Amino acid sequence: MVEQKTIAATGNTLVAEAIRQCSPDVIPAYPITPQTTVVEELAKCVANGRMHAEYVNVESEHSAMSSAVGASAAGARVATATSSQGLALMWEVLHIAAGMRLPIVMFNANRALSAPINIHCDHSDVMGARDTGWVIMFAETAQEAYDNTIMAFRIAEHPDVLLPVMSTADGFITTHSIDRAEIMDDASVTEFVGEYEPTYDLLNFDKPVSHGNFAGLGGPYFEFKKQQRSAIDASMPVIKAVGAEFSELSGRPFDVVEGWGMEDAEVAIVVIGSTAGNARHVARQMRKNGVKAGVLKVRVFRPFPAEEIRQALSGVKAIAVLDRSESFGAEGAPLFLEVRSALYDLDRRIPMVNYIYGLGGSDVRIELIERVFNDLTDLASGAVQPFGMQYLGTR
Amino acid sequence: MSWDISDIDKWKAEQFPRGAVIPESGNSQDYNVGGWRSERPYRDPEVCIQCLLCWIFCPDSSVLVEGDQMVGFDYDHCKGCGICANECPSNPKFGGRKAIEMVPEGCELPGASASDSEVK
Repeated sequence: MVEQKTIAATGNTLVAEAIRQCSPDVIPAYPITPQTTVVEELAKCVANGRMHAEYVNVESEHSAMSSAVGASAAGARVATATSSQGLALMWEVLHIAAGMRLPIVMFNANRALSAPINIHCDHSDVMGARDTGWVIMFAETAQEAYDNTIMAFRIAEHPDVLLPVMSTADGFITTHSIDRAEIMDDASVTEFVGEYEPTYDLLNFDKPVSHGNFAGLGGPYFEFKKQQRSAIDASMPVIKAVGAEFSELSGRPFDVVEGWGMEDAEVAIVVIGSTAGNARHVARQMRKNGVKAGVLKVRVFRPFPAEEIRQALSGVKAIAVLDRSESFGAEGAPLFLEVRSALYDLDRRIPMVNYIYGLGGSDVRIELIERVFNDLTDLASGAVQPFGMQYLGTR
Repeated sequence: MSWDISDIDKWKAEQFPRGAVIPESGNSQDYNVGGWRSERPYRDPEVCIQCLLCWIFCPDSSVLVEGDQMVGFDYDHCKGCGICANECPSNPKFGGRKAIEMVPEGCELPGASASDSEVK
């Protein structure tokens, strides 16, 4: 374990610190609430010489991601950050970054999408990017946002992976609250992330290459998609290995899914991000009342940890999946659909329900989580039948 | 470096360079794009004054020059954009005709000498 400094800081400050410590060569960024303080902090670091990056002021997020693609293809280590409408505006270029296999690292402050306009937390923005080919990590706390962001560079640049990685944290809840966190010294982070050695860098004039080529008209487009699938599948063991190494350094646990009370849980909530804390708090109370409650937090959403989720949930009697985003018209929201699909291969069918909660920063109150656990107890006993999907906490 | 793609049709997905990268330069010459053309440039050598404007303006380096003489077109790479015909100056000695004009693919060339259309 390395020696660390305990500080009080917002999630955004910690993410900016993580990015600074990983020394990207290029930062093309456009500010958007609630990500703004990340890029402000980084701009300040570049201006006052605390980091030596090319900071590119762009005119939109589409340009931010396009610049990131160009700089990464040129051979640079590239980082950026965005949120909500900004991520939505990047959409077509997200696919290009992944398809060109460029290890860009981006932080996203999870925020609702318009309309109506809203600046608060939900996961609609990230979930909209779930099929773009990016590795996607979720942080529960500011500490996890810092840790995930540092790990993101190692994962992205690993020769077996070479994919862009999105490190995310819940807008305002995590990005703007001051939290206690431990940070490593610069030298330890530098050593951990290592030097990025690009293989097909455009600026290497001794080995000229061309990027962004055409693979249509009967060309191997389909084969390149298969390569991408192999790469994101291969990222799972890499994420675990990088996580284990980081845990050793930091003394903090990391897993793609993290359980609380799952060893003997009879009813379980599956959740992503900051709400995991609320869920654990309620689960602790429930256990005092004799309910064997558990919480399973999904920290890496892409690649989806289906095997780990199957293992963690195989013994429970009822499951509630909490989604902070909608998939309008679908059988349920994104996390629910994937968890239920993962559990299809179990011999025993476990009653499962989906709650959509907290859209647009709607408060996730303790009594709402209590209601979920009470519903689960009824489901487990057979008093009620699975009811599909419900909105939690709407009027 | 020479990138051997002779059996590319048989390659497995993992054999292609990552991310559709082409790992060498200057190989666009190996790709025949002549089939994209709907019109081809035709040159009347009688009218041509060898000003070489076509050679300067051709965006695909498809005007063939030997020494200081324009000798014809590279029909494997000419995409028929017509810039050469547009830039070609009219020749008053021939009633203002241009040496280069665009003719639809598949049509017989107006007054084409066999030697001219055969050049590469």
